[in-house]
Amino acid sequence: MKYAIEFNNLTKRFGDHTVLDNLDFKIHEGKITTILGFSGAGKSTVLKHILGIYHPTEGQVKVLGEDMETMNERQIREFRTNFGMVFQYAALFDSMTNFENVAFPMKEFTKKTPKEIEENVIRLMKQVGLDEFAYHKLPSEISGGMRKRVGLARALALQPKVMLYDEPTTGLDPVTTHMVDDLITSTHRHNAHLPMTSVIISHDIAATLRISDYVAFLERGRVVVHAPVEEFRKSDHPVIRKFIELST
Amino acid sequence: MVKVLKSMVEWIGSQVMSITPALGRFTLYAISNLQWFFRPPLRWHLFVEQMVFMGNKSLFIVILTSSFSGAVFAYQIYLGFTAFSVDSFVGPIVAIAVTKELAPVFTGLVVAGRCGAAMAAQIGSMKVTEQIDALEVMGVNSVQYLGVPRVFATVTTMPMLAGVFMLVANIGSWLVGVKLLGIDEAIYFAKLSDFMDLHMVLEGLIKAAVFGYLIAIIGTYQGFSVKGGAEGVGRGTNMAVVWGMVIVLIMDFFLTALLAKIL
Repeated sequence: MKYAIEFNNLTKRFGDHTVLDNLDFKIHEGKITTILGFSGAGKSTVLKHILGIYHPTEGQVKVLGEDMETMNERQIREFRTNFGMVFQYAALFDSMTNFENVAFPMKEFTKKTPKEIEENVIRLMKQVGLDEFAYHKLPSEISGGMRKRVGLARALALQPKVMLYDEPTTGLDPVTTHMVDDLITSTHRHNAHLPMTSVIISHDIAATLRISDYVAFLERGRVVVHAPVEEFRKSDHPVIRKFIELST
Repeated sequence: MVKVLKSMVEWIGSQVMSITPALGRFTLYAISNLQWFFRPPLRWHLFVEQMVFMGNKSLFIVILTSSFSGAVFAYQIYLGFTAFSVDSFVGPIVAIAVTKELAPVFTGLVVAGRCGAAMAAQIGSMKVTEQIDALEVMGVNSVQYLGVPRVFATVTTMPMLAGVFMLVANIGSWLVGVKLLGIDEAIYFAKLSDFMDLHMVLEGLIKAAVFGYLIAIIGTYQGFSVKGGAEGVGRGTNMAVVWGMVIVLIMDFFLTALLAKIL
């Protein structure tokens, strides 16, 4: 089994406060892994280490076999084109149309012609189920669910090897939540050839159990359980039982 | 007495402790902005966009304020000078004051209020809605993408706006002095050419460029430093305007002293 991301005894402290405490687990390549936990458990800090925004106090994070701590700033920026990230509230550029948002990474990082970019944007928009009428609207003119789709299309623009989802279903109604879940799984399947590894940061237990291959449960900066989803569902760890009970 | 002294020292110490890190962060930002200016890719379209944005935002107000500033200044000078029968000096006095001082300072105040505020608000709202994080995650440096074009555009647009101010204010002065108050036109222009020279225009334009840099670097820094939600954006915008205007007025004195020695 190959691993896309490895946390080797990762500790992160902010002053006296330890946010991640000797984190040691590996994320399987080509699988959907959800990092679950209560608020303040350190989930976002894990995400920022994957992206190389935070630097470990101790230990190491390896992504696609590379340790970003050994890279210079330019190399990190280039390496980040391996990532696609879907933000909690999509984080679309509000001065650009949805079409321009999806085209943006291609304009910045590829030498594609305008015609090729247009074809790719239309393909991606269709892949995430966006109708043509949304193409030239501003993000503020479409619904939250559609913004998520545009955010996903933008994240897919450079065919990333690692897709990161930051609380993708927080604040959404149940129907849109299901739609986003389906979108994540279909995107994952559609890009299985890359192979694409998906990492979801969430505290939505229902969505996690529905779409994940693996679940890592974080509590106070430590991984309590990291297991395949079926194994996680049956876990008798008291914190996990409590989390599942409170969430359902 | 000792107690009062102690509390004073403590107050000064706490002020220094709070200002120093902020000043350090601002300096680091200014250095980073300068470094990213020289690194590829150069995004000319963003620079042109910002220049157009600044022109749209400021040109009308600059024309409006400059025409009335020139006119009222000419009127006041005339009222004072006519008592001594030296009203023919209205033209050069207004021209010198406008070119060396009023044009760069007034343009700076207008641009700080219109564009410095807009820069802080735009970048600040991008920060709170994670758009800056999105740029960084994609591998695009946010300072290079958002900060550098704004600073570069302001540095180049400010002298142009100040130039417009100089021209329009002098037209206002001519209209009031010659057409309204009856100063002889030939004498007006003769005195103007006697006392004005290109160095004065250059001084005004250099000041405008420096003010432009300071306004933009403060405005963009305040945007990048926004914390919290809408309240933070409001605070950052307010700080950009206040500090932009204050720094224009303070730096005007030092620049005047410096340029008097150089030019």
